[in-house]
Amino acid sequence: MSKIIARTGNEAMAEAMRQINPDVVAAYPITPATEIVMIFAKYVADGLVDTNYIAVESEHSAMSACVGASVAGARVMTGTSSQGLALMYEILPIAAALRLPIVMCDVNRALSGPINIHCDHSDTMAARDFGWIQIFSENSQEAYDSLIQAIRIAEDPRVHLPAMVTTDGFIISHCMDKIEILEDKEVKDFIGQERKAKTSLLDINNPVSVGLLDLQDYYFEHRVPVAQAMKDSKKVILEVAEEFGRKFGRKYGLLEGYKLEDAEFVAVALGSTCGTAKVVVDELRGKGVKAGLLKIRVFRPFPAEEIVAALTKAKAVAVLDRSDSWSSQGGQVSTEIRSAMYELSSKPKMINFIYGLGGREIDLPQIRSVYSALQAVDKQPLVQYLGVRE
Amino acid sequence: MSEPKPGWKTLPEGDVVQAGTAEGFKTGDWRSERPLWFPERCIHCLFCWISCPDSSILVKDQKMTGIDYDHCKGCGICVKECPVKPDKALEMRPER
Repeated sequence: MSKIIARTGNEAMAEAMRQINPDVVAAYPITPATEIVMIFAKYVADGLVDTNYIAVESEHSAMSACVGASVAGARVMTGTSSQGLALMYEILPIAAALRLPIVMCDVNRALSGPINIHCDHSDTMAARDFGWIQIFSENSQEAYDSLIQAIRIAEDPRVHLPAMVTTDGFIISHCMDKIEILEDKEVKDFIGQERKAKTSLLDINNPVSVGLLDLQDYYFEHRVPVAQAMKDSKKVILEVAEEFGRKFGRKYGLLEGYKLEDAEFVAVALGSTCGTAKVVVDELRGKGVKAGLLKIRVFRPFPAEEIVAALTKAKAVAVLDRSDSWSSQGGQVSTEIRSAMYELSSKPKMINFIYGLGGREIDLPQIRSVYSALQAVDKQPLVQYLGVRE
Repeated sequence: MSEPKPGWKTLPEGDVVQAGTAEGFKTGDWRSERPLWFPERCIHCLFCWISCPDSSILVKDQKMTGIDYDHCKGCGICVKECPVKPDKALEMRPER
């Protein structure tokens, strides 16, 4: 029997980690993700989990220790944010290339500078090309559910890739929310008792070499399988979500459409902003405006075909990016969606709003202005900054 | 003609292979300087052997017998660690 309790996003992720009971956690604290590993460290100290907790001297070391433990065959988790994630960047693509199912709690926070501790997606978007599965959460419940699913996805033999589950810094990580928690046994049965690694660096009877030098003649052949695994992971993510929905009643996909069926004016967003946008969609629907929202839950693998199918019938689309790629062509989500739509002969008009950098509040009036812009889309520039003072 | 190399679909996942592959990869040509061993000065303390990151100090019956120049990258740690005085039993010389 599941129970309904009040938890912040960080507490929800720590609770999922307790139930997952990983073999190894290596982490270094950083706002706003500190609480996740702090609460988990207490679980370790109190003997509530069997985890070997490695307190390291930096995030670079944290991810390095995660890689080491994972090649030993352990089920490994960590948590970080922003500059901490950036310090891990050097190791993140190694974890993917070694095909290690490390699962990370990643609390989205603006990259410095200027120094800032609040939410935007710049840290996570900068990590989009490292071969990690990336799942965004609208609220604590999704973060909790996705973290449990991520273990299954990452460890599936068709995938064997690391995965990060993100929440929005402070907006989700520190806000108390009502969430439904599963029984410990339900979680354990869902993810399986232990990881089944094919090889282990600690197996002295079958010694292996890991992390080899791989030059012109082999490097390419060892990178392409990461792309293939990422492609194959889409099916696995959907299978795991389907089983989760069947067993526990909460349904997930790569995307979530909100009043999208007959929508003419569609906003696309990730994370906590989707909750705010749904309120505006309801308001507009009450006034007879055919507004809709497309929420992207899984950003890596990028669900291009599914997004195209969801947007084909719209008249105008506004992609909301909580980060800038500094390319002058808009944010990462926008440019990827525009690329995916290229083959369509009849395309909706598409504009991009970059919003909420450094935790700048995204409120109802701002989202109303996005839908107003969509209703006069021909007059709009391709890329606009939303909510910034000029 | 060398054998055609395997494609990505048949290679082991994650490039994890049987241990010991470094033995077949000759890294000696990376050297810009080489260690020279002077057996008459050597006290066979094996500090060089335990310090060498490439297992390139050759040892037989607990005595140093030479240097594996196929794998020695010329890092110079053996020379640095050699405790023999006044002249060390290992000295670096430029490669030509």
